[in-house]
Amino acid sequence: MKREYKNRIIKDPPVKQVRQEIRQTKSAGGGLRDKINAHRDVHAHALFSSLGRLVASPFTSIMTIAVLAIAISLASGFYILVNNLQQLTGNFETSNQISLFLRDDVSDMHANKLANNVRDNINVKEVKLITREQALADFKSYSGFGAVIERLEENPLPIVIEVLAKNTLDDKETLSSLFKSFQQYPEVDFAQMDTQWVERLQSIVSLVRLFTSLVNMLLAAAVLFIIGNTVRLELHARREEVVIAKLVGATNSFIYRPFLYTGFWIGFLSGMSAWFIVTILMLILRQSVEVLSELYGGGFHLMFLSFSETLAMISLTSFLGVLGSWVVLICQLQNTRP
Amino acid sequence: MISFVNVWKRYPETGDVLRNVSFQLKRGEIAFLTGHSGAGKSTLLRLIAAMERCGRGQILVDGQDLSQAKESQLPYIRRKMGFIYQDYKLLKDRTVFDNVALPLVIAGFGHHEITRRVRAALDKVSLTGKEKKYPLALSGGEQQRVGIARAVVNKPPIIIADEPTGNLDPDLSAEIMFLFGQFQQVGVTVLIASHDISLITQLNHRVLKLDHGQLVSS
Repeated sequence: MKREYKNRIIKDPPVKQVRQEIRQTKSAGGGLRDKINAHRDVHAHALFSSLGRLVASPFTSIMTIAVLAIAISLASGFYILVNNLQQLTGNFETSNQISLFLRDDVSDMHANKLANNVRDNINVKEVKLITREQALADFKSYSGFGAVIERLEENPLPIVIEVLAKNTLDDKETLSSLFKSFQQYPEVDFAQMDTQWVERLQSIVSLVRLFTSLVNMLLAAAVLFIIGNTVRLELHARREEVVIAKLVGATNSFIYRPFLYTGFWIGFLSGMSAWFIVTILMLILRQSVEVLSELYGGGFHLMFLSFSETLAMISLTSFLGVLGSWVVLICQLQNTRP
Repeated sequence: MISFVNVWKRYPETGDVLRNVSFQLKRGEIAFLTGHSGAGKSTLLRLIAAMERCGRGQILVDGQDLSQAKESQLPYIRRKMGFIYQDYKLLKDRTVFDNVALPLVIAGFGHHEITRRVRAALDKVSLTGKEKKYPLALSGGEQQRVGIARAVVNKPPIIIADEPTGNLDPDLSAEIMFLFGQFQQVGVTVLIASHDISLITQLNHRVLKLDHGQLVSS
């Protein structure tokens, strides 16, 4: 090899040599396969060297990633909260129940007659009569105030007729006209449509959802800025390298690449850490939630992040990492000249 | 190869640094660029390296007009030039091999070709066997030779050296100048900024002398 190089220098006429050199500079030498391999090598090198650089300064990396992971787990925590709240209100969505509280002076027999009367209505699917005694028994067992109630001389609870309408919530007009017709019965003291409070709850949930979306946007911006700043510091520390690379003809994309990968890694690792944090917190919370759910008759189970949601979260944080570093590179590299 | 036509360069802080500079370097020509400090040597080299653009006039490098070139074309123009610096500008956390390989990696050469060319370039500057060392483990003269190997590894038609012998003793300087002479012989255009008068007078090359931004002799 030594001899070959020297021979060329001595033997080749100058002009021919230069032409050959120029052609090689332009075509970057080697076959197509060689070039593709080189391209792949450059990417792989940037990918792993940027990870290696994070590992090389563990203290700084861990601090940055911890801050980001906390921000991201807050955001995904809000997301899970809203999702679970929706599950809760979703359970009530099918409830198109109307409760008719009867006046005190209505007897059980009369109430039974009224219940049959209601049952004949074509829009009614099911009718359930709850007598005073039954209501008291239920209340004793569910409320935990059994001892207090026993001391009462008189049963304060009214007779209730629970009416389940045939139509679902979609047909609000029929439901409300049914509700109004029941309200006009002389025996009915007070009528309550369950959908009203379901609707109220749903509008509260949608408010919470809006609020958490706004907070999550702020958290995403924070993640963007933190990653951007980290990459800016990294760029500052490696300024000399950037300058030298520019001098030997590096294109902007060559210079950007390792920093973009750094942003990617920070985002990716923060996303992973956030997933761990959220999962641990959820496991801690789960038991208490299950107990509470049991007290309310079950039916509610705490929802964790699904696989696709986890994937989406980590992709999003990785993307934010790349975006944050890209913005910083665009702004900073204009000024990095030797 | 390099052509300056009525080039002016002004900085807002210091005024005109280059005034109406015109010269031409042909293919395979070797020349010194000299002048007192602040005469505009560094500015002239920065203009050739396309790190800055001239205010007025025209600079051609291998037939390409630097003032017309787009920002995205500049890296490709710089690949036609090898730069050598007084402070070597080596990456201290990379081995000699990686330092010399950098221009080839940037130009997208394959692994095999990179190894071949880096070995050849290191052989040329007599640094065979030091591939795995880090720059700080080498002497000043050796570091400068690594810088030279990096400048020529891509076989550029132009070599620009900024005070290449500034930190070296006369023997090492002579060695480096001998290398430049060899590159010139194979058709490479060499421009060396220096104020080492003894070196310049010793070697009977063309001298471009700058004085307060004006070319007083060429």
